[in-house]
Amino acid sequence: MDRVVLIKYGELTTKKGNRNYFIHVLYQNIEKKLKGLDVSISQDISRMYIEFQEENLELVLSRLNQVFGIHTYQVAYKIETDVDLIKEQIVSMMKEKTGTFKVVTKRSDKTFPIESTEFSRQMGSVLLKSNASLSVDVHQPDTTLTIEILKKYTYLYTDIYYGLGGYPVGTQPKGMLMLSGGIDSPVAGYLALKRGVKLEAVYFEAIPHTSIEARNKVIELCRKLTSFTDKIHLHVVPFTEIQETIYKECNPEYCITIMRRMMYRITERLSKKYKCLAIVNGESIGQVASQTLTSMSVINQVTSMPVIRPVACLDKLEIIDLAKKIDTYDISILPYEDCCTIFVPKHPVIHPVLEECLKEETKFDYEAMIERTVSNLQTIVIQEEEDSTFSNLL
Amino acid sequence: MIYLDYSATTPANPEVVDTFSKVSLEYIGNPNSLHRLGVDAKHLMDAATKQVADLLHVDKEEVIFTSGASESNNLAIMGVLEKYPMRGNHILTTKLEHSSILECMPYLEKKGYQIDYVKVKEDGMIDLDYFRRLLTKDTVLVTIHHVNSEVGFCQNVSMIGEILKEYPTTIFHVDGTQALGKIPVSLEGIDLYSFSAHKFYGLKGCGGLIKKKHIELEPLIHGGKSQTIYRSGTPPLGLMVSTAKALRLALDHGEEKYAKVQKLNKLLKKELQMIDGVVVNSNQNCIPHIVNISVLDIKPETLLHALEEKEIYISTKTACSKVDGDSLTLTAIGKPSSISGHSLRVSLSHLTTEEEIHIFVDCLKQCMEQLTF
Repeated sequence: MDRVVLIKYGELTTKKGNRNYFIHVLYQNIEKKLKGLDVSISQDISRMYIEFQEENLELVLSRLNQVFGIHTYQVAYKIETDVDLIKEQIVSMMKEKTGTFKVVTKRSDKTFPIESTEFSRQMGSVLLKSNASLSVDVHQPDTTLTIEILKKYTYLYTDIYYGLGGYPVGTQPKGMLMLSGGIDSPVAGYLALKRGVKLEAVYFEAIPHTSIEARNKVIELCRKLTSFTDKIHLHVVPFTEIQETIYKECNPEYCITIMRRMMYRITERLSKKYKCLAIVNGESIGQVASQTLTSMSVINQVTSMPVIRPVACLDKLEIIDLAKKIDTYDISILPYEDCCTIFVPKHPVIHPVLEECLKEETKFDYEAMIERTVSNLQTIVIQEEEDSTFSNLL
Repeated sequence: MIYLDYSATTPANPEVVDTFSKVSLEYIGNPNSLHRLGVDAKHLMDAATKQVADLLHVDKEEVIFTSGASESNNLAIMGVLEKYPMRGNHILTTKLEHSSILECMPYLEKKGYQIDYVKVKEDGMIDLDYFRRLLTKDTVLVTIHHVNSEVGFCQNVSMIGEILKEYPTTIFHVDGTQALGKIPVSLEGIDLYSFSAHKFYGLKGCGGLIKKKHIELEPLIHGGKSQTIYRSGTPPLGLMVSTAKALRLALDHGEEKYAKVQKLNKLLKKELQMIDGVVVNSNQNCIPHIVNISVLDIKPETLLHALEEKEIYISTKTACSKVDGDSLTLTAIGKPSSISGHSLRVSLSHLTTEEEIHIFVDCLKQCMEQLTF
């Protein structure tokens, strides 16, 4: 018996004029995600149909569970619209079930001779006769059997699965994600992707104070995010000169604040260069000295771009839960130093004052340094992992 | 040479040895080192762990590599008892277990645990009604083999898991050493599952314990996190990776291999049943890989050595049990001493050929004639 995945558009259908665009992007994203799995995808006004090889079902569903823009979906039996075939199929679908059930009929083909409620009633009585351990409960049934009758085919299903929700990635312009290697920034990236924003990423490295392993860690984090989107361009910024200068020249209490302001300036430069309309980062209000509202305000002064902070109002434990869900947590807790953990002053300022920052920043020619940094940028294109790099050994 | 002792250990698959050698030469770092060599080794270790997890349909956090099944069995038993002292002091097991489980029991009795051995029916299967009656809310641990190593009885561990659903504080450990790689294994309803690589053409010295996430263990070997926090010691990367590979290769074409062994089993049993003085002890509840027989009136050890003269290798009981005395398994299912004191184990593999079976049977007949006065 053929089965298909039915994807309902959910929130996308509220998008009126943009609706077709959203669905088109979703279609492309699903097509990319299921590449190589021998599926055939088609669509009509209200949903998408994915025909698959039965042995690939688990794989198909696990990949669909990484596509934003899918709210609910069903795995349905597809049969020709014919009352006897429908009867035969629902009896077989329900033969193992016990407890209460109800039948819901949706008749988008109004030429089908029997009206929906009447058809549900008839099918209900077929099921009652075929399986003695079933009884009807139309209010809170254990199983709801849905029969969707279209002109040529009828779809039958009992279970509804929930997808990731959100909007298809690419329905919004790009954002530039500041990726540190910690727990919060990959989660921030995931949440931005959820609203349809495509991402590029920027990572600041201060070799030899930070190691190549720290960079690999960020690459792996980025790779995890590619499960939910296409390739990600990761821009690795050589930050050593700026960082060393700050710690040589500036008031230690202000070092972190100045460093963050430099990072924002560079990120803004890169955003403009790569046509990103917003900066995305993992700042969470009050988590550390540089993330108090006062600090955020003073640091944010260097850019006029919108700064999206998806985890700003989440508790650390909530962020950790999300990080575990998207499988970045175990990578994030690997013990490598990053730019934000080296040279931490004893008492970083919690309520920095803008004038002080401006004064500190006159102590060195940061514009020229930023210029050098940006021109020495290294960009790595991160793709979803190809199956096992160790295939020769395993 | 005819090797018919695959249940004692299997010859390593050359591809597995190749992996061991490559990993040992090329991935020299300690997976816990912070430098690049360590990170590369760690990635490989993670990939091997994930492969084992995927093949067994568990999460990678649920795989603990050990030195083999004896360690896994000890870690499972001692680990949970140490971790959950408040859950009761009653343990259920059987007399058909491997010695690495049975020999724990006197020690645990001394420590105050009450051990009950579930009765096994004449057909080798655990008496599930009796099992139900023995369960109490103080039963902290049930430890039962999946496949018995001497005679080959295969227990219905999913049914036992089902029964134990009503006892949420009872932990269910299954010794899968003789099962994994030979028959399909589902870990549904099982909390802990032991296995050993050398039983499925992997290398000696490596095995594993599957530990479901909701169970915690006190380690036997302390010393901080290694591959997991449950077992310390520098991760033996070559062994781990080769075990992951051995498992993949063992499960590959599993049905075909099983069917082949089944065919060999039928042939062997048919031939043996025609010999006077030979009783086949393995029945329809046994996996086809193990054929336990008793040769009446001849000392099994004498027969074993006589066959050895002809370069045919089989076992008396199991390689791990004591030399003297009757087979515990056959005694437990109610066989008289004339049977249980004379048992031999022939164990088959998909590598075995029909010709080998014929030669073995002929030689057995010859030996029996020579040794009967």
